[in-house]
Amino acid sequence: MRRVSTITVAGVTTAALAFTLTACGESSTDSGGSKDKGVGLAFDVGGRDDHSFNESAARGLDKAEKELKVGGKMMTAKNGETEAEREQRLSSLADAGYNPVIGVGFNYKNSIEKVAKDFPKTTFAVVDSIANGSNVASITFGEHEGSYLAGVAAALKSKTHKVGFIGGVQNALIQKFQAGFEQGVKDTDSKAEIRSEYLYTNNDKGFNDPAAAKDKAKGMLDSDIDVIYSAAGLSGNGSMEAVAGKKGAWSIGVDSDQYQQPGLEKYKSSILTSVVKNVDVAVFDLIKSVQDGKPFTGEHKYLLKDNGVSLATSGGFIDDIKPKIEEAKKNIVDGKITVKTSP
Amino acid sequence: MSLAKKFDKNKLILGLAAPLLAIVAAVAVTSVIIAITGKDPFHAYQVMVDYGSKSDSQVWIINKAVPYYLSALAVAIGFRMNLFNIGVDGQYRIAAFFAAVVGGAMTMPGFIQIPVIIITAMVVGAIWAGIAGLLKVTRGVNEVISTIMLNAIGGSIIGYFLQDGRLGKKEGNMVHTPVLPDSAHFFEIPTQPKPIYGFVVIAAIAGLAYWFVLNRTRFGFDLRTVGQSESAAAASGVNVKRMVITSMVLSGATAGLVGMPTLLGISYNYGTDFPVGIGFTGIAIALLGRNNPVGMALAALLWGFLERTGTQLEFEGYAQEIVGVVQGVIVLCVVIAYEIVRRYGLKTQQRKVGEELAAQARKSDKAEVSA
Repeated sequence: MRRVSTITVAGVTTAALAFTLTACGESSTDSGGSKDKGVGLAFDVGGRDDHSFNESAARGLDKAEKELKVGGKMMTAKNGETEAEREQRLSSLADAGYNPVIGVGFNYKNSIEKVAKDFPKTTFAVVDSIANGSNVASITFGEHEGSYLAGVAAALKSKTHKVGFIGGVQNALIQKFQAGFEQGVKDTDSKAEIRSEYLYTNNDKGFNDPAAAKDKAKGMLDSDIDVIYSAAGLSGNGSMEAVAGKKGAWSIGVDSDQYQQPGLEKYKSSILTSVVKNVDVAVFDLIKSVQDGKPFTGEHKYLLKDNGVSLATSGGFIDDIKPKIEEAKKNIVDGKITVKTSP
Repeated sequence: MSLAKKFDKNKLILGLAAPLLAIVAAVAVTSVIIAITGKDPFHAYQVMVDYGSKSDSQVWIINKAVPYYLSALAVAIGFRMNLFNIGVDGQYRIAAFFAAVVGGAMTMPGFIQIPVIIITAMVVGAIWAGIAGLLKVTRGVNEVISTIMLNAIGGSIIGYFLQDGRLGKKEGNMVHTPVLPDSAHFFEIPTQPKPIYGFVVIAAIAGLAYWFVLNRTRFGFDLRTVGQSESAAAASGVNVKRMVITSMVLSGATAGLVGMPTLLGISYNYGTDFPVGIGFTGIAIALLGRNNPVGMALAALLWGFLERTGTQLEFEGYAQEIVGVVQGVIVLCVVIAYEIVRRYGLKTQQRKVGEELAAQARKSDKAEVSA
């Protein structure tokens, strides 16, 4: 009996394999038309309501829908997905006739390079990374320059001359924030002490762990640090909570103007400023370029001079040091100061 | 003889009943869930079947299933011995990382390079799992706890080395190990429109080896015995401690293969975007496939099918989370269905034996009377 069942099993497996190899009929991309359906926006994990990065990109599409009368479809990445899923998501969008197709987040770099080859008539774009291809636009930001200005503000506002930086994940992108911030502090106050720490070395959880950021911030506050800049996505909320608990301490937000965020209402009196990344502007520009028939390709940098990054002024806490910040900004725009991109 | 045959027939029916029951229950529960979200479940199934049977979907599903299958094999080796190796996730990642480092540092012809990379991965995976085995037999540390912790430690070690200037290289916002030379690319099976990665062959061989070692060797017999009763195994002369370490090492070596289809067929380096979590998916697939080499293969393909069609469902306006729910429901249904069928089978068997005994007793009574 045993032997017989083994043979049966082997037979069934072979048949199944043979079937899958020969049954290759129509491919899912054969049937697709290429009508113009509007914009395909593929998000990183978190989806459009992450109050930060993705939401900013979604705002760009919202604006385009209103002003340029284009439609659009948004799709979101799952946790822990692989290249195969990202490629599939991008091809589905391109195949259904969406143009441009935008990958929000540097994770989309490789999949965009691959998929763009299959759809030469569609414009692809990746945010936060540089991808190659004749129909691919790469959108990057001057996070380091915005962070430099945050460093200037931190150095001027710190009474103890000790400032801290908390990064969510120690990757190249977040190190860009760290490098700019450290340089801004040092250029403004050469005696200031800077402590830069990361929540995780290589786990994306670092962007989603407010408790860990809270502990880190508490440790920093206990050692007399009184301005803390967190570049850690959602985790930053934790450090803002800790900072709000100590009188005279300031926190600096990231990506969106966090003073304006309803979810952070309780801590807003201690949010000094935020380094705002205008993903919405970039997304809108790209959509417009496709609508105008002159689609972007290659690298598009949104630096300080292009208003790609800026320092938020809501709350009015940095009004008194505005001249100094404007001066630093001018120096960067004019090229008198070159901000480092890695620490 | 006729009695034995009858029992086998019942066994076959029971064996088919469990998966059938599970599938029907899973479909029913899923339909209800989709209907509650205000969508048409039948349209969803139509989309899934249509899209999932397209030629490029078939290729995608097979490619996706290969690492899942290897991961399930690694988990199943532990399961068969009552060892819960949760650390497959950490084992395959650290194995793939060091294999990528070794592979990126050398330039040799493919027939040397590829085996060296694969063996490195298996050895590293075996060492990482072996630590948990060693801790269990020497210090009595539960393998669930030690493997979970080793996952975290493995992740941190990779994080430490995967930095620009250490073992990693920066490219844009991503850091990865040096790219493997062309000679280290694994072969592909040319299907249309996209190729199937050749590692499917290795996965099939691994499945065959799993079946052979566990069911056709003395070692496999010992392993299963320890799994069923440690004390009975020890009493019959099996060195349980050595079996624990050996099976952890085997499980880890198999886990080392999990990252290879990605490393040798897709990414050619270990970067910050290397897939994570396949080790946990493997647990679900081993459960679903009942530790059976063919069952796990079907389960891995089913998983691939659900993931492939899930994205399409999102495209059609269904909630993205539906697929996760479906996967969970299926695993639950399978576990429950097998338990129900097992109990039912046990009951009928008992009743049958009881009847036979009663009949025998009646017969001997009659014989006595007539005598």
